[in-house]
Amino acid sequence: MTPFIRIQNISKKFGKLLAVDDVSFNLERGELFSLLGPSGCGKTTLLRMLAGFEKPSEGYIEIDGQDMANVDPADRPVNIMFQSYALFPHMSVSNNIAYGLKRASLPSDEIKARVEELLRLVHLSGMGARKPSTLSGGQRQRVALARALARRPKLLLLDEPLAALDKKLRSETQFELVNIQEQLGTTFIVVTHDQEEAMTLSTRIGVMDDGKLVQTATPNEIYERPETRFVADFVGDISFLEATVIQRAGKYWLMEAATLIHATGSSTLTSGMKVSLAIRPEKITLTSQPTGQLNEFPVEIEDWAFYGAGTQYKVIGPDGIKLKVYQSHNQPSQANSRQLETGFVHFSPDATLILEG
Amino acid sequence: MHSFLQKFGRLLVIWLPLGWLGIFFMLPLVEMVNVSLSEARRAVPPYNPAFQIGKDGISFQPVVDNYLLIYEYWEDYLWPAVNSVRLAFFSTLYCLLFAYPMAWWIARSNKSLQHILLVLILMPFWTSSLLRMYALIGLLNPNGVINDFLIWAGITVTPIQMMQTDFSIYSGMILTYLPLMILPLYASLVRLDNSVLEAAADLGAKNWDIFRTIILPLSMPGVIAGCLLVFIPAVGEFVIPALLGGPEQLMLGKVIWTEFFRNRDWPVAAAIAIILIAIIILPIVYARYQDKESIS
Repeated sequence: MTPFIRIQNISKKFGKLLAVDDVSFNLERGELFSLLGPSGCGKTTLLRMLAGFEKPSEGYIEIDGQDMANVDPADRPVNIMFQSYALFPHMSVSNNIAYGLKRASLPSDEIKARVEELLRLVHLSGMGARKPSTLSGGQRQRVALARALARRPKLLLLDEPLAALDKKLRSETQFELVNIQEQLGTTFIVVTHDQEEAMTLSTRIGVMDDGKLVQTATPNEIYERPETRFVADFVGDISFLEATVIQRAGKYWLMEAATLIHATGSSTLTSGMKVSLAIRPEKITLTSQPTGQLNEFPVEIEDWAFYGAGTQYKVIGPDGIKLKVYQSHNQPSQANSRQLETGFVHFSPDATLILEG
Repeated sequence: MHSFLQKFGRLLVIWLPLGWLGIFFMLPLVEMVNVSLSEARRAVPPYNPAFQIGKDGISFQPVVDNYLLIYEYWEDYLWPAVNSVRLAFFSTLYCLLFAYPMAWWIARSNKSLQHILLVLILMPFWTSSLLRMYALIGLLNPNGVINDFLIWAGITVTPIQMMQTDFSIYSGMILTYLPLMILPLYASLVRLDNSVLEAAADLGAKNWDIFRTIILPLSMPGVIAGCLLVFIPAVGEFVIPALLGGPEQLMLGKVIWTEFFRNRDWPVAAAIAIILIAIIILPIVYARYQDKESIS
């Protein structure tokens, strides 16, 4: 079966600058896919090529079996929700939403019915006569969403959909967005630089760096099994230890990184190989006394920050290796005391990630 | 000094220009109304002020004879008035048609080019309007540059009559007033958010549709401002038609000039000027009214 959306070897050059570099991925119908990456990584350019505002320098885009190469933005089964929302300031909320329907020359009573339905969907019933300038940021965002959904696109593109909202509203809107997406079954591509947003929204995430798609996987996989150092670093908090492989030790690898560490890793490793060992802060346990477990060593506590649900520590181990440690407050922590200046950390070999190079 | 500025700075900034306007704009206007309600006489000044403060105290004896005179000979004034309004209307229309694409192009150029183009637009203002009109005559005359070229190139044998035609008048009007139309149009078009245009295209609108439903309505304040800026001075214009037009092109501005300087009938001239102001204000009031309609 051919995939619903096929993006194949897409590149985009602006003069000498290669904004998007040979990106390929497929989407199934009804997926909520996030393009995640720092600003300037090419994710918005990729989105604009899907919408038809930019022509790919190379490559091929296919939506539901239809080649998009010579299709105008106006004729694509694709709609986009802009980061700035780009609402028409001189039109009422209803007319904003109806704009795309009028272009499609639908009968006016059907337009009316659909606008009402969309207003209900985004919880703006009764607001149809208002002008965008009289709405709050969250309401504007919902008008933009309704307007983009009005033509029932096969693919909806959302450019930083939540960036303009404050934190509290953002998390509410995230769930709302997922809800609407599931209700309609429309395929979404969300562009975001916010890894938390990508995690909570998506069925799959594509991480972009410097124009390239570096990893495409489910949020869980991206977080737990990042394939490159960039992905590990960009998604979530993580500490890196530069280590040298010593030898195989049972089911683990023994490594030297200021202290001896047991880690999981593939069988392709060889003795003497230099690797990056990555470990998430929440997988490290901080104690005031040694517990005698594997991968334990003494540390000095350099700094800490209270997050409410937990505390993040910056600790320094032997040879000055630096680690971030996160202790959640769900249990009376052994390292509870804020006055604590030294302690011990340990982590399971299964919690480590080995990133080559 | 600092606290004084803080305290009175705002008042100063508002009331100083307002006071200036009151004295040098409103008072002459009031004086003109006064003159228009006065009786003409052979003296200096050549009228007997309707309102005056003198030895006998304050007196106000308005006469409406001047307005009645205009009413009585309305046919003499109607054609100049029609001519003036027609000239102003078409000048405004042509300016709008020329200026809109230019303003659009400037507003869509990159920033550095925009500055250069705007300076070029304003450049004609650096030379006197009269000089530019004579330059235009030099171009359009039967033995002017254009005809010389056409004859030299063998395109025509006898010179083409371009002077003393509508073509020459409107060339002069557009030459003079185009910047006044371009600037407000540019100001409203440059603020247009590109993503709004892309959103319209994304929602299925083609070029003409985007212009009609998005660009034109959003640039309407600029269109109105530009039209007023051109129409108002164009109604009173008489130098350009006098220099470039034929003798039959009698403008209201010319009539006022004749009454003032040739007949030395200041009251009648003032009365015509007041009527002209009324003609100008009507479209503004109408435009304001339209504006309010579109907001509510």
